[in-house]
Amino acid sequence: MGFSVFIDGCLVIGILTLACLCLATKTLFTAIVLFVSLGLLVAIAWVRLDAPDLAIAEAAIGAGLTGALLLATWRHLNTEPANNDADTPNKSGDKNVPHP
Amino acid sequence: MFHTPDLKEHNHANELSVVTRILCAIAIGTLSLSLIIVLILTDNPSSSLPALVQHQLTQSGVQNPVTAVLLNFRSYDTLLEIGVLLIVAVAMLPNSNFNSDINPDIPSDNLSGGRLVSVVTNAQVNPTLEAVLRWLVPMIVVMAGYMLWTGASLPGGAFQSGALLAGAGVLVQLSGRLQFCFTSTIAKLLITIGLITFMIVAVGVATTTGVILQYPTELAGPLILLIEIAATLSIATILLLLYNSLATQIFEMSPEPSAFNKQPSAQE
Amino acid sequence: MSQDLLYIIASIGLFGIGLYGLIVAPHIIRKILAINIMSIGVFMLLVASASTVNGTPDPVLHAMVLTGIVVAIAGTALALFLAGKIHTLGQASDKDGH
Repeated sequence: MGFSVFIDGCLVIGILTLACLCLATKTLFTAIVLFVSLGLLVAIAWVRLDAPDLAIAEAAIGAGLTGALLLATWRHLNTEPANNDADTPNKSGDKNVPHP
Repeated sequence: MFHTPDLKEHNHANELSVVTRILCAIAIGTLSLSLIIVLILTDNPSSSLPALVQHQLTQSGVQNPVTAVLLNFRSYDTLLEIGVLLIVAVAMLPNSNFNSDINPDIPSDNLSGGRLVSVVTNAQVNPTLEAVLRWLVPMIVVMAGYMLWTGASLPGGAFQSGALLAGAGVLVQLSGRLQFCFTSTIAKLLITIGLITFMIVAVGVATTTGVILQYPTELAGPLILLIEIAATLSIATILLLLYNSLATQIFEMSPEPSAFNKQPSAQE
Repeated sequence: MSQDLLYIIASIGLFGIGLYGLIVAPHIIRKILAINIMSIGVFMLLVASASTVNGTPDPVLHAMVLTGIVVAIAGTALALFLAGKIHTLGQASDKDGH
């Protein structure tokens, strides 16, 4: 009884801390990465609440696919078009998209 | 909150003043505290729905109560949810781009041609990712199929396996070796097959039992499996289309929608 | 403090943090992140009140939250697409107009 309350308390503290940090960091990339980590912790919280279907769905859809969509849009908003700048700043590492 | 939304990252011109932020924080803190107090003081209303689900579970065709609720007792909600996914897919379909120079099957004026998956010959390939994907993608496909089959009795189901397949598709696109074209005929078939199968089953059982979406008891299991297979294909393709249209956006305003043109997009 | 009470407090906390972030954050992607955090809070409230039934948890609420997760990602994708379109149109008008 005491140990499960301890685990639930640690999870809840972690979730609330990640949510605060996600909206308070300076760089947007850090915020997106923290959001994906928040999704993973929430998936563990679903397991603690006896909802394994929700845990699988949250880990795949909520954390994985939403993170991919956010990073794709972040890259689009950060890269300037080539005919206005000398070189396009590639801030997303090796994220390979089919180039024309 | 009502300023023009910012699109540059470190632009501090639109930030609210400190006083406004503190007032907001106080207001939201008061709201949250009052909600917590109300929720602590409220008795948890004893609902009769879980007992009803347990009672009727043997007649629903599956043993997992969540799958039974999703696809038998509340199947109308799932039907509308697949419809919502289809609407979002239609909204984002014209934004997806592909390099038509290396996709030679598109005829000159046809709006719906091309292959679903084509090999990019001279692209920047990520070699480590491609080598890992030769092992990983078949395992993901097998895992998705297992999760679809075992959704009847253990945690699983259509949405989870569709999301797994979409994740595999995102990895394949990131490796750079293959590209997807969602204006092909097979892609349109895959996007719509979930909703079509669901509606055919919904109306088809109405001819036997008289009520829409009321499955006959001995056919409930196979019908649920059929709907789940079609829904998995549809959900995987739609989620992959959502990622594809966001990852291959172009920057310049072209006069016509880009997915229906043969011109290569001027991204670099 | 029982398990459900802890998660109910966490869900209201998440909702409050998301609402504050929605009002205060200047960048549009941060607003979308804040909306997603609010929706996670609402789902946690639903599931926490579902597990108080003795024995098996309430499957109707689980199904509702599963539907909610899928519709939330669809809405997020549409919002991100609109943000990208605003960016593209803004760049085009900057090039032509000024």
